[in-house]
Amino acid sequence: MSAAAHIPSSTKGEGGAQEVRAPAGSRWMAYLLLLPGLLWLGVFFVLPLVQLGAVSLQSRWPDFPGYYYPDLNWHNYVQALTDYGPHFARSFVYAGLATLFAFVLAYPLAYAMAFKAGRWRGIMMICIIAPFFTSFILRTFAWAQILSDEGWVADVLNALHLLPGGQIINTPIAVVAGLTYNFLPFMVLPIYASLERADPRVIEAGGDLYANGLTTFRTVTLPMSMPGVLAGTLLTFIPAAGDFVNMELLGPQRGKMVGNVINDQFLAIPGGYPIAAALSFTLMAAILVMVFLYVRRFGTEELV
Amino acid sequence: MASTTAHRPSATRRTRTWLADHFVMLVAVAVLVYLFLPVAYTFAFSFNDHGKTNIVWQGFTLEHWKDPCGVPGACESLVTSLQVGAISTFIATVLGTMMALAMVRYRFRGKAMSNVLIFIPMATPEIVLGASLLTIFVQGFTNLGLRLGFWAIVFAHIMFCISFVVVTVRARIQSLDPRIEEAAQDLYAGPQSTFWKVTFPLILPGVLGAAMLAFSLSFDDFIITNFVSGNESTFPKFVYVSARRGIPAEANVIGFSMFVIAVALVVAAQVVRSLRTSGSTNQKG
Repeated sequence: MSAAAHIPSSTKGEGGAQEVRAPAGSRWMAYLLLLPGLLWLGVFFVLPLVQLGAVSLQSRWPDFPGYYYPDLNWHNYVQALTDYGPHFARSFVYAGLATLFAFVLAYPLAYAMAFKAGRWRGIMMICIIAPFFTSFILRTFAWAQILSDEGWVADVLNALHLLPGGQIINTPIAVVAGLTYNFLPFMVLPIYASLERADPRVIEAGGDLYANGLTTFRTVTLPMSMPGVLAGTLLTFIPAAGDFVNMELLGPQRGKMVGNVINDQFLAIPGGYPIAAALSFTLMAAILVMVFLYVRRFGTEELV
Repeated sequence: MASTTAHRPSATRRTRTWLADHFVMLVAVAVLVYLFLPVAYTFAFSFNDHGKTNIVWQGFTLEHWKDPCGVPGACESLVTSLQVGAISTFIATVLGTMMALAMVRYRFRGKAMSNVLIFIPMATPEIVLGASLLTIFVQGFTNLGLRLGFWAIVFAHIMFCISFVVVTVRARIQSLDPRIEEAAQDLYAGPQSTFWKVTFPLILPGVLGAAMLAFSLSFDDFIITNFVSGNESTFPKFVYVSARRGIPAEANVIGFSMFVIAVALVVAAQVVRSLRTSGSTNQKG
């Protein structure tokens, strides 16, 4: 009975069922719809990246500091990775921890929105997006206030003797906390999207078979939401690894992340373009590898 | 074990069942509180009678709320942010919605590649987007008359908003039953009227949600903006630059007010929509 009532909604999520079985000519309609957006991404995303790649291989004019000529100077990459290897390692560790914590916080929220929230779903969605309007710099600065030596978090942790150094602010802990906070929405949204696409009847069936909430979750729900979890990981991990604001506002003076190096080389220190471009491009390579692995495993339909 | 407790449903057991049923929801609400904690701090510290820096609570004052524009540059940068947000949201929403329609409703060569091209900008660190835009403006676009500044910010924001619009609108289109449109095509004549009279009203909530997401991302962006803005200042840039000397509480007033206005607008839209749907169901009944 209930199955029959659900049938109309079962068409959702079937990518193929949505497509218009139209005459061959209408393929041009698709290209017409896509063209302006793809063109924009081409000019303002792909082209700048190509230019960045070219800059990463430029060489310095010996006589004109701050000027470069086109070259294939692979030494920039060697120098970038030897000089800033520890920055890369630090970025990936902090971003990895932040991604893990964001996942732990995001999953219950996405799950509740998809299956438990009912008519509160829209309100919860607004709650996730609304803090953006306060400005991410102000919210990160608020974390500096919350985690400051005079704040209650430091007081509580110190009373419990849980802080070896006696403070949170200006430590890597504060940076990871800030990254976790700032990238949390980008973990929630894809997990929510993939859970919403999932058919609740499958989970019910899993509940009937295993009769244990945890087993159902592990064998049915989690695998179904895996594309969303991994998309969320991609949207959190690499952007967090490239972030510099959390380190700047919450972190220690020494032991910066790769984003700080890139930012300083581009905007503060004159003449650091090629090395900074090489660092940026190395980050870009990490993304491309991760996206490639994702696409090989799950295809492209659930990517966006 | 379960059978013995089932005969005597004690208060603790009832509490435990309630907790088990609502555990996920409780955690979700806790996470939402966590998301709002810094917003609450921003609000609280807008009343702080601070000295040089606004880090430690020093006393209550309404001074900052009386004249939020009193700090030089604060409101000018806010106006710039609103203008950038409005223009880039409009263009990104139009382009992204068109792309979403193509991605869901048509089968075509290059679809997988388009999916990847739409996704990658979202996964790229902002610093890489900003740095690459800076290099192409300095070493290329400037020669074509396209300089760093207001329009550079707008063009960059459109770029990183498009993907988020595609994702949001696409989800909405996927949740629609394509047979509604097929029925419409049987009844109406052209594909044009099918689109504007049937498809568009159905996807409109998704389009509006996408527009709100795009505006919030544009309004909130600092890193990319900082690379391409030249001498132009947006609100996040103003806050970041002033962070070196201490963020004035007036910035908290503006930031929190924007948050309240955004929430109020969305809630109002929700109320109007639910009133309208309940009205139409009443007519039907």
